[in-house]
Amino acid sequence: MDISIWFFITSGLFLGWSLGANHAVNVFGTAVVSKMVKFKTAAVIAGIFVILGAVISGSGTTKTLNELGSINALAGSFSVALAVGISVLAMTRAQLPVSTSQAVIGGIIGWNIFTGSPTDYTSLSRILFSWISSPILAGIFGFIIFKIVKRYLHIWKIHLLRIDTYTRVGLIIVGALASYSLGANNIANVMGMFVSAPLFKDLNLFGLTSVSGVQQLFLLGGLAIAIGIFTYGRNVMETVGKDLYKISPITGLVVVLAEFIVLSLFTSQELESLLLKLNLPTIPLVPLSTTQAFIGAVIGVGLAKDPLSINFKVFGKIALGWVIAPLSAGIITYVSLFFVQNVFEQKVINPVPYEISKSVVVKLNDLGLETKKLKDLVGKRFYNKKIFTNELLSRAPYTNDHIYMIFQYSIVDSFRIDTAKIAGFVKDGSLSMDRFSSLKLKQGKTFKNKLDFENSLFENDTVWIATGKKLDDKETELLKSKIGEAFRIQSKIK
Amino acid sequence: MSLFFQKTKKLESQIDEYLDLVIKGGLIFKLGIKCYMENQTEEFENYLKELRKIEERADDLRRNIEVKLYTRTLIPEARGDVLGLMESCDKVLNITTDNLLEFSVEIPQISNPLKHDFLELSESSISCLENTVSGIRSYFKNIDAVRDYVTKVQFYKKETNKIAERIKRTIFRSELELSHKIHIRYFAFHIERIAEQSEDVCDRLSIAIIKRFE
Repeated sequence: MDISIWFFITSGLFLGWSLGANHAVNVFGTAVVSKMVKFKTAAVIAGIFVILGAVISGSGTTKTLNELGSINALAGSFSVALAVGISVLAMTRAQLPVSTSQAVIGGIIGWNIFTGSPTDYTSLSRILFSWISSPILAGIFGFIIFKIVKRYLHIWKIHLLRIDTYTRVGLIIVGALASYSLGANNIANVMGMFVSAPLFKDLNLFGLTSVSGVQQLFLLGGLAIAIGIFTYGRNVMETVGKDLYKISPITGLVVVLAEFIVLSLFTSQELESLLLKLNLPTIPLVPLSTTQAFIGAVIGVGLAKDPLSINFKVFGKIALGWVIAPLSAGIITYVSLFFVQNVFEQKVINPVPYEISKSVVVKLNDLGLETKKLKDLVGKRFYNKKIFTNELLSRAPYTNDHIYMIFQYSIVDSFRIDTAKIAGFVKDGSLSMDRFSSLKLKQGKTFKNKLDFENSLFENDTVWIATGKKLDDKETELLKSKIGEAFRIQSKIK
Repeated sequence: MSLFFQKTKKLESQIDEYLDLVIKGGLIFKLGIKCYMENQTEEFENYLKELRKIEERADDLRRNIEVKLYTRTLIPEARGDVLGLMESCDKVLNITTDNLLEFSVEIPQISNPLKHDFLELSESSISCLENTVSGIRSYFKNIDAVRDYVTKVQFYKKETNKIAERIKRTIFRSELELSHKIHIRYFAFHIERIAEQSEDVCDRLSIAIIKRFE
C-alpha cells in the first residue's frame, strides 16, 4: 500500500476534527450552556453516537459522488479537505458556527476554478437558498413550539423538578439522535474521498459479523469528529448560548427540537417516500443546513420570549461567518492546489477525456442548445478541460450552465454490462425479473459514454417507461443510477 | 430511566414534606400561645418540645434538599431562587420556635384584657406564614396562583402590624411598671416578626416568579 495515502488521509481527519469542534454546538450546545448536561457527559454521548452514525448509516459512497466525486486525485482531495478544515477551524477560533457542507462546496468550486472544470451552479444556489430557508423555517418552528410549550406548561401545572427531568431527558435524547445524524451525514465530507483508496481490509469478528473496510475508514473519521467535539467543542457554544441569546433549559430543548423537526420534515427523503406510499401529500424538500437551522431556531425562540434579549450584532457576525466560510475555503483550496501542484509536484487532477458523440449532439439539441457549430468537434477527444471549454466558447456564446451540461454529457466513461453485478438487486427485490431479463439481453456490451449507456439500456424499453406514479418513478430513477454505478468500470483514485 | 424519575419524585416529596413541617410548626405555635394564655403550662411545654423537634427535622430536610439540588445540578436556572426561598422560610420557622421558647424562659405576665389581642396577633402572623408556604408550593406547580398568595401575605402582614400597634398602645397607656410594659412590648414585637419575615420570603417569591416566566 502506498504510504502517501496515510499522509493524505490526515487532512480528512483534520477536517473531521474541526467539523466536530464546530458542530458540537448544534447537538448539545443548548444542553451544556443551560447547565442541564455537563460538557464531558455531552461530549461522550455525542462522540459515541457520531461514531455509530458514521459507521452504521454513513452515506459516504453515494453522497461523495454527488459532492466530492468530481475530485479524482488524492492530492486534490487532500488540498480541498485541508482548506475546508482550515476555514472551519478559523471560524471555530472566531467562535462562529458554520456549515461544513457549504465550506466543502466552496472548496470544490476552488478546485473547479483551478482545474478549469465547469461549476454546477445549482450547488451554489443551494448554499444561497439555504442561508435564507434554514433560519427562517427553523425560526418559525422555534417560535411556534415555544408558544405551545409555554401555554401547556401553564395548563398542565407540572412540578418544576419534573419539568427539569423531562427537559434533561429530552435534551439527551434529541442530542444523541442529532449526533447520530451528524455522523451519518457528514462522514462523507470527511472520509468520502478516501473510500476508493484501499486502506483497510474487511474484518470478520469471530464469525458473528463483519466490518467492511469502508466502515473501518468511517470509524476513523467518526473518531476524528468525536475528538473534535471533546477537545474543542465548547468554544462555539459560548457564542450561541451566552452572547447571541441567553438560553434557559426549556428554550434549549425547544431550540434543538425545532432544529430536529425542521430537518426531519424538509430534508428527509425517507419521510417523502413514506408519505408517497401512504398516498399523502408530500412536504417539499428544501436544502437546509443544520447549523443555520440551529441559529434560526435560537432566534425564533428568542423572538417568542423577548425580542429585545437577542443580540443581533452577534447574529450579524455569525451570518457573515456563513459567507466567509465557503469563500475562504474556495480561496485556500485554490492557493493550496497551486502549491501542491507546482511546489510538491503532486497530481491534483487526473485528466478525464471528453468527447462529443453523435448521441450527445442529439441530446443537446433536444435540450435546446445551439449544436450546429459543434458538429466538427464530434469524435475529437479533449484531455484538458480549459482547452475544451475554449473550443466550445469559440463556437457559441454558451452560458456556464450550458458548458456544465455539455461537460456532463460528453465525459468519456466506461460501462460494461455484467448482470452478475446486479444479482443482489433481484434478491433484495428492488429489481424485477422483467427488468433483469431486459438487461441480460445486453450482457457484455460496453459503452464509453453515459448517455449512450442510458439510451441503450433504458430509453427504448417498455419495462423502464415512467408510470406517472411519483413514488414508482422515483424508485426507478434511483434504481437506474444504482445499476449505472454497478456497471461502471471504476478507475481507482490515484 | 425510571430510576431518574424515582429520584425526582423523592426530592419532590421531600420538598413537600419540608413545607408541611413549616405549616405544622405554625399551627403548633398558635396552640402553644393559646395554652400559655390559658395558663396550661404542661401542654404549653409539650407544644414547645414538639415545635423544636419539627424545627430540627426541617433543618435536616432542608440541608438534604440543598445538597441534592447542588450535587445533581438540578433546576440550574431556578436553583438559587429555590435555595433562597427555603432558607428564608426556615428563618420564619426559627423565629416562630424562638418566640415560644422565650415565652417559656421569660414567662411574661400578660394581663387578661391583652390575652385576646395576643391570640389575634399570633393568628394573623401565622396566616402570613401559611400563605407564604402555599405561595412557595405554587411556585413549584402552579405559578399563576403565586400572585394571589403574595397578595394575601401582604394583607395579613398589614393586619398584624395594626394589631401589634394596638397592643403596644394599650400596654404603654396602662398602669403597669415601665419594665413590665417593655417586657410585654418585646413579645408583641417578636410575634410581629413572623409576619415581617414571611413578607420578606414573599418579596423573594415575587422576583423568582418573574424569572420563571422568562
